[in-house]
Amino acid sequence: MAFFLARRLVQAVLILLGVAAITFLLLYFLPADPAVLIAGRSATPQMVAAIRHELGLDQPLVMQFLHYVGNLLHGDLGRSYTQKTEVLPLILARLPATLILMAAGIVLEVALGLTFGIIAAVRRGGFVDRSVMMLSFVGVSSPQFVVALLLLYVFAATLGWFPMSGFGTARHVVLPALTLGVLGAGWYARMVRSAMIEVLRQDYVRTAHAKGLSGRRVVLGHALPNALLPIIAMVGIDIGQFMSGVVVVEAVYGWPGIGQLAWQAIQQVDVPIIMGVTLVSALAIVLGNLLADFVAPFVDPRIRSQ
Amino acid sequence: MRVLRELTRRPSALFGLIVVVLVLLAAIFAPWIAHFSPDDQLADGLSLEGAPLPPGGDHLFGTDTLGRDLFARVLFGARTSLIIGLVANGVAVAIGLLVGLLAGYLRGAAGNLLMRFTDLMMAFPALLLAIALAALLRPSLWIVAMVIALVNWVQVARIVYTETRGLVERDFIVAERSLGAGNGRIILLHILPHLMPTAIVWGTLGIATTVLLEATLSFLGIGVQPPQPSWGNIIFESQSYFQDAPWLVFIPGAIILATALSFNLIGDALRDILDPTQRGRL
Repeated sequence: MAFFLARRLVQAVLILLGVAAITFLLLYFLPADPAVLIAGRSATPQMVAAIRHELGLDQPLVMQFLHYVGNLLHGDLGRSYTQKTEVLPLILARLPATLILMAAGIVLEVALGLTFGIIAAVRRGGFVDRSVMMLSFVGVSSPQFVVALLLLYVFAATLGWFPMSGFGTARHVVLPALTLGVLGAGWYARMVRSAMIEVLRQDYVRTAHAKGLSGRRVVLGHALPNALLPIIAMVGIDIGQFMSGVVVVEAVYGWPGIGQLAWQAIQQVDVPIIMGVTLVSALAIVLGNLLADFVAPFVDPRIRSQ
Repeated sequence: MRVLRELTRRPSALFGLIVVVLVLLAAIFAPWIAHFSPDDQLADGLSLEGAPLPPGGDHLFGTDTLGRDLFARVLFGARTSLIIGLVANGVAVAIGLLVGLLAGYLRGAAGNLLMRFTDLMMAFPALLLAIALAALLRPSLWIVAMVIALVNWVQVARIVYTETRGLVERDFIVAERSLGAGNGRIILLHILPHLMPTAIVWGTLGIATTVLLEATLSFLGIGVQPPQPSWGNIIFESQSYFQDAPWLVFIPGAIILATALSFNLIGDALRDILDPTQRGRL
């Protein structure tokens, strides 16, 4: 078990290095030249060359990359081209806002997904079941930005219950979290449903029924714990996906998280920030998967004994 | 034919088929259906105060902030969205098939290397990567299609890999090899046909993902560039007016949803029909 987890950790580090290398290469070969953009329109070629030298962009690719990875190992993500500060503090300053949004969104997804998934599994083929199956498809087929604008239109512009955009109070979180939560809940509901159907078929569930336990106790006390494993794996995957997908929601709601930071950096070709946010997102994906590996043994004793 | 008959027997798949056929027809016959050109800023396309016209009258979907007919733009936008959906997704499925098949068939060091690379791509923040690439590469229809293909092939590769691994062990492949069949013959005549159902299912589901991704990129202003209409950039152009002219955002939005939903419904039904072992799961 410990050996397995250690191997997963080593793999995670290697994957992060790989992501760093590929992102670096991709950004290096892009036609947009950061030095030209920083220097501005009226800059002479000499000025551009000077900036390029200052940023280390005149060195060979391999040297640049080794330099970057060397700094990375010291926890140094480099300096932003446009904001003239270190990238790491910039990201750390934006991270809490994104994490709040992520937590709210995932809690909502899991709560909705568990509720409707369980009901659908118990009442298989019934009205709730069919509605959940259909709505979950609508959820994954919905363009996030349209749903975000729709919620804004109904609940902020028309009804005035929530602010149009911004950050600070609990009321600001509601609409962005709803956008993420409602759309994602469908997948959770499907996952919970199929896991529960699998478990509800088993003999021990029939035994529990035969002992005379109430339906509620059988479903929630006996069946649900055995259906939790895929859901935990899914939360792990979700954490990773979330970091990558948060750009759109943050753009619509003016949410000051790392998605917005990335979006601004992309528009300004601020390569160190793009690299930094990409790495943080990749870290979230890797950690999300690791989370599933590390939590699973606590939920399922069968895995612990292997 | 059997597949088509089975599809039409399921209400949800039938709904999907009808919508997809309608969208296809709209895209193909756009110039004949639309009464206006999608780029014409009509003289009577704005109200006296200069506001876009709401749906109704001459303009089925109303007009946009430049006085262009929204119905015409949506029709021509269907062309853009479908071209990207088909091309980007076709390329993604082709890359996924190739990588997955090779990795599963070769195994050994080469196969391992390919799969580790795929694992690496799985850890890539795909949407972020797509946004960064599309923004920095001077977006155009083909660039957007290639960016989407670049981030979408990974999942297909993983599934094809798993299936190929299973197939290679099967008796009929072993028998074929012992009869002296070469690798090319085995792959093309015996393994590839077995992978077709997977390719068809993921090809269909992938179109939904692709249409959504294209719309998202265009919505951020880094997809297909105006004035060429795409469903995403119609919304991008008018998003700041969504309170006064909600139809400009929500009509194309509903069409994106209906299209993506339809491809998902067809793909899901195809998975049930083509792969009975998956029936009833997820």
